[in-house]
Amino acid sequence: MTNEDRLKRQKSIRNFSIIAHIDHGKSTLADRILEKTGALTSREMKDQTLDAMELERERGITIKLNAVQLKYTAKDGEDYILHLIDTPGHVDFTYEVSRSLAACEGAVLVVDAAQGIEAQTLANVYLALDNDLEILPIINKIDLPSADVERVRQEIEDVIGLDASEAVPTSAKAGIGIEEILEQIVEKVPAPTGDPSAPLEALIFDSYYDAYRGVVASIRIVNGTVKVGDKIRMMSTGKDFEVLELAVATPKPLRQQELTVGDVGTLSASIKTVGDVRVGDTITLAKQPATEALPGYRKMNPMVYCGLYPIDAAKYNDLREALEKLQLSDAALEFEPETSQALGFGFRCGFLGMLHMEIIQERIEREFNIDMITTAPSVIYHVTTTAGEVLHVDNPSKMPDQQKVEFIEEPFVKAAVMTPNDYVGAIMELCQKKRGTFVDMQYIDTTRVKITYELPLSEIVYDFFDQLKSSTKGYASLDYELIGYQQSRLVKMDILLNNENVDALSFIVHRDFAYERGKVIVDKLKELIPRMQFEVPIQAAVGTKIVARSTIKALRKNVLAKCYGGDISRKRKLLEKQKEGKKRMKMVGSVEVPQEAFMSVLSMDED
Amino acid sequence: MGIRAAYVHIPFCEHICYYCDFNKVFLKNQPVDEYLDALEREIELTLKQYPTDHLETIFIGGGTPTALNEPQMQRLMEIIQRHLLPLTGDDLEYTVESNPDGVSEEKLDIMKTGGVNRVSFGVQSFDDGLLERIGRTHREAKVAQTLDAAAKRFNNISVDLMFGLPNQTLDQVRYDVTRALQLPITHISSYSLILEPHTVFAIQERKGKLPLPTQDLEAEMYQVMIDTIEAGGYAQYEISNFAQAGKESRHNRVYWENDEYYGFGAGSHSYINQTRRANIAPIPHYIKAEGLPVRKETPLTNVERMEEEMFLGLRMKDGVSFERFRTKYGVAFEDVFGDVMKRLLPNGLVEQTETHIRLTPAGIPLANEVFAEFIGEAQVQ
Repeated sequence: MTNEDRLKRQKSIRNFSIIAHIDHGKSTLADRILEKTGALTSREMKDQTLDAMELERERGITIKLNAVQLKYTAKDGEDYILHLIDTPGHVDFTYEVSRSLAACEGAVLVVDAAQGIEAQTLANVYLALDNDLEILPIINKIDLPSADVERVRQEIEDVIGLDASEAVPTSAKAGIGIEEILEQIVEKVPAPTGDPSAPLEALIFDSYYDAYRGVVASIRIVNGTVKVGDKIRMMSTGKDFEVLELAVATPKPLRQQELTVGDVGTLSASIKTVGDVRVGDTITLAKQPATEALPGYRKMNPMVYCGLYPIDAAKYNDLREALEKLQLSDAALEFEPETSQALGFGFRCGFLGMLHMEIIQERIEREFNIDMITTAPSVIYHVTTTAGEVLHVDNPSKMPDQQKVEFIEEPFVKAAVMTPNDYVGAIMELCQKKRGTFVDMQYIDTTRVKITYELPLSEIVYDFFDQLKSSTKGYASLDYELIGYQQSRLVKMDILLNNENVDALSFIVHRDFAYERGKVIVDKLKELIPRMQFEVPIQAAVGTKIVARSTIKALRKNVLAKCYGGDISRKRKLLEKQKEGKKRMKMVGSVEVPQEAFMSVLSMDED
Repeated sequence: MGIRAAYVHIPFCEHICYYCDFNKVFLKNQPVDEYLDALEREIELTLKQYPTDHLETIFIGGGTPTALNEPQMQRLMEIIQRHLLPLTGDDLEYTVESNPDGVSEEKLDIMKTGGVNRVSFGVQSFDDGLLERIGRTHREAKVAQTLDAAAKRFNNISVDLMFGLPNQTLDQVRYDVTRALQLPITHISSYSLILEPHTVFAIQERKGKLPLPTQDLEAEMYQVMIDTIEAGGYAQYEISNFAQAGKESRHNRVYWENDEYYGFGAGSHSYINQTRRANIAPIPHYIKAEGLPVRKETPLTNVERMEEEMFLGLRMKDGVSFERFRTKYGVAFEDVFGDVMKRLLPNGLVEQTETHIRLTPAGIPLANEVFAEFIGEAQVQ
């Protein structure tokens, strides 16, 4: 193509994303748009097409970004090229959302006609505004009996400050309003600006691993042009690669000779190491590199860590291989080997959040068939020692002794909870329990408020979201962001089983809650750990001081009273089952400990 | 060695006890005569297919064998007489399970004439409140009466006792044992309540209406039972069974010694030619069955037989004899389970003599912990 052709084509490109609160209809809308633009025939349509992995489809959530190139002939008779970029909706993946938005000029904002604006609606809008996107609000699910389009239109104007007079009333489910939305995209979303002849600046907004192609980068060309055969450079690492393949997704991959300004597609260069393709990084040409990288690159850091240990020690290598394979398509997953006195050889793994952690765990168990013990998730603490050193501690058992610690800082978040009025008390109580500091409360409308609290990240990683949902009958929604580290009076609590310290059960707790938590945990462990042939004392200790204790009594009776002719086959099954049961527990010293025990140290409930 | 034990099942009852999961139905309107016909057919066919030289024990259980009326009981005796008694000799032990309630003197006479020389009564408890709680209709007074009548005809009588019953106290357990020891009996079986699925108790438990003693209290009750019964002159010879000298149940010994036996009747189990079989349980289907009324067959491997030898044999106080093991399996016990023993001995739950391996007194209440160790651990070529 000549430069003139490129510039002409550029004018017909529209790059947009769909942003919304969870379950407000983002994926269904994406499906309808694909249908409308003929990208897929209705026979080829599987519900929620853009969700790639089966696991995600099962859970009804999107994890990986995906982009498709669509052709649309508008009412004005002109042909347009639309790039639709799908984004994840869960709180764990905010960075990924921001990177996909950086690849767009516009965003279709989906608001549920019945629910109205929710916490993540706002969070994503702010992200879009930060990226200077043209925001097109639409009001979805008008088919619902409780839909109130005018109320929601007003809410959008009042709460966000966007002009919603032209917001398209839509029912993605019924296919109403789709064409109007596409017309608005063509009309209002600006075409990409940028110079196809300038030095190449391509934003990496996603990556995945392909068995044949290696690590594949999903890119948006901001400036310049890239062709197959070009030598490219990753600006964050300075490494060079040769472009083997360029493609766009229609959604089926379609090979291209070149990608230029405004294009959104994939780039393969036979890259083997996932670390060489970093989301947010800029790709440029080795021959004529750009002077500055595109803004906004940030290495995604895990927020939550846990220990993964195979129940069967012989499966250690299998676990390592599994983690390596998973990391190939999930750059955010981090892991490194670690040992525990209690559990043997395993790995300390870093995740973007609890959801990320659960998904990886499930995949390991399901795809690789490895039974594991997971230790309670932990955040990274900044520990300043008396010697003046600052340590980053991601494993509670590695916390230095109290005498050596000057002070400890922990990560804090600012959490925004949107809820109906009725539940304000319950939420404030919950946040207080989680060591939260009240920031403010705003009325969104006559029935709902937005409450903002500052909370330690460690207090919300485990079950805060679930507790929030259950104490508000599911109506509350949550969004949070890291706001940095603050000092807290924290101590390490150790758990001793049979007078031996079990390092894998250690956890960090606020000094004021130490006794209470210790008591809850020793009582809980007493329930969870099966009786052995001897008495097992359980103790919770801070330093050398025991703050709580309980005792698992010795097993007194495990015998079958009757065993006559007809009982023998059943007896065999019973004994086999008993034997199997023991296999699912980890022997810690001389005590058999089930998985539930390791998670129990985080639980706050007394039941 | 041929098959030396035969079990016969009579699946009829006049009342259903809340804890019972044996194959049984209410007697009313049941085709008892057709059942007995089918039973006779099964015995004939079985003996033809799997003959034996000598039967040492016959055990008629249920249900409630004594729920049969006098003519039906007579018929049953005749069937046994015709087909099984010819295979027996002077060493025969012929037991019938009885309800302490509703056994007429006439019925006892019929049994005696039929060759029965041992009776086992399901007493369970002497506490009327407990009896009602578990769904039994007899009461303490009736028990004494029935047992006196039985003692006039039989000199080998056993009673069953139960502990671990809802709301039962240690004192009640003591009372039950003491009362039992006053009766003209020779054998006591004492069982802790086992909660089985599909029983009235199971339903009550699901509804939260079954207040059972804690594990620790049950363990104490068990110990009290053992101590008191032994002090009364009965030796414990198996986990739940006690007998005066020479009065152990030889029929049940066949099970624990892992030897073969016939099982006749609806829902019965048999062990013949190293294969365990289970009979069809529903009575109409049992009656209609063509050929042998077998529902399921499980041939056992050598390893499975050795494992069963252990978890059955260790139930007996004397334990498992090394010599018997070698004769039966052609290999030394030490070679097969040597490693298991190394792991078990330090726990103090089993002990080893020159001739036997057996549970220690501490091991008896924790027997399953020992038994599980033998599963999947046999070292064979």
